[in-house]
Amino acid sequence: MSRNLLPVLTICAGLILLWYGGAIWMNWQVVADTQARAGATPGLMDMVRLTLNHARPLLPAPHQILDELWRSTATLPVTSRRSLVHHAWVTLSAALVGFGMGTAVGVLLAVAVVHIRALERSLMPWIVASQAVPVLALAPIVIVALGAMGLEGLLPKAIIAAYLCFFPIAIGMVKGLRAPDAMARDLMRTWSATPAQMFWKLRLPASLPFLFAGLKVAMAAAVVGAIVAELPAGAQAGLGARLLAGSYFGQTIQIWAALVAAAILSATLVGALGAAERAVARRMGMRA
Amino acid sequence: MAEPVIAARDLSLVFTTRDGPVQALSNVNLDIAPGEFISLIGPSGCGKTTLLRVIADLEHATGGSIAVNGRTPEQARLARDYGYVFQAPALYPWRTVLGNVMLPLEIMGIPRAERAARAKAQLALVNLSGFERKFPWQLSGGMQQRASIARALAFEPRLLLMDEPFGALDEIVRDHLNEQLLKLWAATRKTVVFVTHSIPEAVFLSTRIVVMSPRPGRITDIIDCDLGLDRPLEIRETPEFLRIAQRVREGLRAGHSYDV
Repeated sequence: MSRNLLPVLTICAGLILLWYGGAIWMNWQVVADTQARAGATPGLMDMVRLTLNHARPLLPAPHQILDELWRSTATLPVTSRRSLVHHAWVTLSAALVGFGMGTAVGVLLAVAVVHIRALERSLMPWIVASQAVPVLALAPIVIVALGAMGLEGLLPKAIIAAYLCFFPIAIGMVKGLRAPDAMARDLMRTWSATPAQMFWKLRLPASLPFLFAGLKVAMAAAVVGAIVAELPAGAQAGLGARLLAGSYFGQTIQIWAALVAAAILSATLVGALGAAERAVARRMGMRA
Repeated sequence: MAEPVIAARDLSLVFTTRDGPVQALSNVNLDIAPGEFISLIGPSGCGKTTLLRVIADLEHATGGSIAVNGRTPEQARLARDYGYVFQAPALYPWRTVLGNVMLPLEIMGIPRAERAARAKAQLALVNLSGFERKFPWQLSGGMQQRASIARALAFEPRLLLMDEPFGALDEIVRDHLNEQLLKLWAATRKTVVFVTHSIPEAVFLSTRIVVMSPRPGRITDIIDCDLGLDRPLEIRETPEFLRIAQRVREGLRAGHSYDV
């Protein structure tokens, strides 16, 4: 464990150092201009201190982002409009509902494609084409259309998230359901298994590793979908709204804090799926 | 002769491939009586596996007729008349050894408690007691194949179809499993149809040996192999054994002499 930890920590430390260097370099001009207008001539150390603690830096330093994260999560009540916990929850709920819907659609599509030969040719091209449409272009259309039908709030955002995440699940699941080889299928035939038994006792268990690979990709995509869907809806709440509001008002630290929060959210969700995958694999006797 | 378990009349099968039709089986006539141990032997492409798959209703004959227990192969399959052992163990990796052996019983809708009892009894028969809760990858190749035999026997079919079940195993393990299979057969007197390309294996196990030859796949000789029920491994050194083996070898050679 410690042998694995050391290189990881070294690389992390290197990246943080690079970030600090970048922050000094990128914010230098802004600070220098402000100082010149004020007629001040700060020394090198003062300049470095000012570049790393600017209120609206081009690139905030890591400690500024951590500070903002801490302030907007721990020190504010979660009901506050400025609490990042509140916004993260808005995004998380839409992402999870969308993930659930996308998983259901993806699995059903895969089952249909595998069992009905005609669907393979007729449906698969549409599934693939659906992902060629940029979600950034599609999201406003869906939000506006559903809004006109009186649907607002969580559901439209969940639909955008589902739109992004059904695809990796459907693709992975089709491959997984087709994974059993001819011999495994012939065995079922020699026992005169029904198509339902073939599905539940052979195809489905064989597809689970593929399903989990798809789920992990889909989970990250669902968070992206939920964030993108928050942008056109007037950016009322959610991490996407924080990103947009931050960029309106040049609050770069706020933008970065929201970005980091989104990354933490995704990583936690994908990590939880990974843990579920390992638990299932253990039950299914997979090699450790 | 009692009613045959398998009766093939002028059986033929033509595969349509991209390179044109391939005559996999041609004019196959064969009767197998209850309790016989029949080996199908021949070089690859002679149709021995195809014949076994036709019996099992995994392939369909294009000519002639075949009856399994007096019925069509499909009826026999639906009635679960036979157990089939493939070249590879093909155990489902996500099930324990016991879970694998119980699977056919599960599919037949046998109650849970009975399933476990019957599966355990079959595992005992192939000397795998104590390995019920292992997963397939934790077993050696020979043990996996024994588990797959227990699985084929799980619902106690009267007919056992085996497609080169020991082909992938080393010779020591193969000898050992041959002995065990023979004991199993002597104890249960099931009808066995056994595909192999090993002459000693065929002679050691069988009551009759069906020699087949390719292009087109057909039967060239049927050899009686009356070595009795009690066959220790040493029987393979006796003149009687060697005489039968010699005749099988000649049959195989005659079958595709035009190749040499």
